[in-house]
Amino acid sequence: MNSMFAKRRARLLAMKAIRDNYIPGDRLTECPSCHGENTRKAVAEGLSVCPKCGYHWPIGGYYRLSTILDPGSFRELNEKYPAADPLSFPDYPEKLAAAQRKTGLSEAAVTATGSIGGRKCVVGVLDSRFFMGSMSAAVGEKITLAIEYAGKNKLPLILFSASGGARMQEGILSLMQMAKTSAALARFSEKGLLYISVLTDPTTGGVTASFASLGDVILAEPGALIGFAGPRVIQQTIGETLPEGFQRAEYQLSHGFVDAVVPRGQLRETLSRLLHLHEKGGRL
Amino acid sequence: MSALTAAERVAMARHPQRPNITDYIDGLFTDFFEQKGDRLCGEDEAILGGVALYHGQSVTVIGTRKGKTLEENLRCNFGMPNPEGYRKALRLMRQAEKFRRPVLTFIDTAGAYPGLEAEAHGQGEAIARNLLEMSRLTVPVVAVITGEGNSGGALALGVANRILMQENAVYAILSPEGFASILWKDAARSAEASELMRLTAPELLRLGIIDDIIPEPEGGAHCDAAQAIREVDRALRRHLSSLCKESGAALAEDRYQKFRKMGVAAPGKEAL
Repeated sequence: MNSMFAKRRARLLAMKAIRDNYIPGDRLTECPSCHGENTRKAVAEGLSVCPKCGYHWPIGGYYRLSTILDPGSFRELNEKYPAADPLSFPDYPEKLAAAQRKTGLSEAAVTATGSIGGRKCVVGVLDSRFFMGSMSAAVGEKITLAIEYAGKNKLPLILFSASGGARMQEGILSLMQMAKTSAALARFSEKGLLYISVLTDPTTGGVTASFASLGDVILAEPGALIGFAGPRVIQQTIGETLPEGFQRAEYQLSHGFVDAVVPRGQLRETLSRLLHLHEKGGRL
Repeated sequence: MSALTAAERVAMARHPQRPNITDYIDGLFTDFFEQKGDRLCGEDEAILGGVALYHGQSVTVIGTRKGKTLEENLRCNFGMPNPEGYRKALRLMRQAEKFRRPVLTFIDTAGAYPGLEAEAHGQGEAIARNLLEMSRLTVPVVAVITGEGNSGGALALGVANRILMQENAVYAILSPEGFASILWKDAARSAEASELMRLTAPELLRLGIIDDIIPEPEGGAHCDAAQAIREVDRALRRHLSSLCKESGAALAEDRYQKFRKMGVAAPGKEAL
């Protein structure tokens, strides 16, 4: 009985993931970093990492989950949580509906329970295809509900960030999600539970200045842009060109804001190890 | 006054003669002792903080500082803090917790500074840490927005039990110019952005983001600074005295629930 449901869940996630894993280009696809050409098949089989230069394409939420979770363990949390238009912003409902049609997502965050290497956990993923993964009230609420669910069930929490920052159309309510998610993490942390933050390309603005920076362990994918202000704004402000590699994952590593830069192909194993290392019990 | 447009309020919130943090410190407190430095690597003059007496009670005062003369503006980076400023603020808030005194913050900033060093020193981490730590303080926290409160740079001093706003202050995700430039690639449409952003005190009160509006003298706070300060005093005293009756645990819980409710979809609301 259980295995039947597990199989069905595995199939469901696989179907959603196939929809997510869209690589531009026809049979061949050009890498935006090295401009080398690869077959779409080679890119897709390599977790959307360029076989030539190691560039990491941004990937969708469900696909991300399918690369991390044990097969059949995925159970989505608050799947139907509604997107909203709290400020009655002109044209926003239409734009939301268009993003929903295009991505098959209801909002920019997907949250789920599942297991990694047999260890149960709660995983949240921001999807940069939906309004650049920006922080809406619904995103803040889904992330907060995931933090609370993990806290209540004493499960480790893993959040994958990818965000252009605030959701402009939700204005001040977008800003308040930074306080809400950070406060929820304070309570979560007080329970002695593990939170791993994984920074992916790009993680900026209000997400960087809230939950993404608050992990007990912070990992980043190679080359990911990570910062508070975007490079364009900084360049305009200081009027100089920015140094090579500025705000990239490796820069954040050398400046002390990331524990490790982990290629996508090694993330699952790294997360599994970290979950194991933080398990309670046993004695010396 | 109520006939002011949002864009006019933005201009008034930025008025160079508007009373600033040093005016409020001089007018509201006695025996202010300034405390400098983040104890890690630097001192950021864009944030001013210390301990003072407020009607005889010890309080920790923290605020953003723009400066009044050009020389001051430059020293204070026009009120745009670096991570060192936020970390100094956090240090002072932890002291407030230790010595069981209320925290009063005064917010007037165009936002956290988008600079190279600010990024190298972890602007995002510094703001995030303040949000987390402020949420669980067990002393009363009152924030007063006295000018413009923009972005995470303002919120990093704004996780309070009570958020008060002067009548012509504004509070927003970023400046209307930045908003227009991101959304429409045209910073010149800032007046239009101001109207849509709901950044005025009456709109924010309606949205449940702030708790009270502090009246300003006729023509705005810059027309009669002494009167503006008296009004801030009246509101601050009222809110602080009610908070001081609460237990530490109740204050932290109250602050948590206040932010927990923000942006929750109405029950039964259909998905868009």
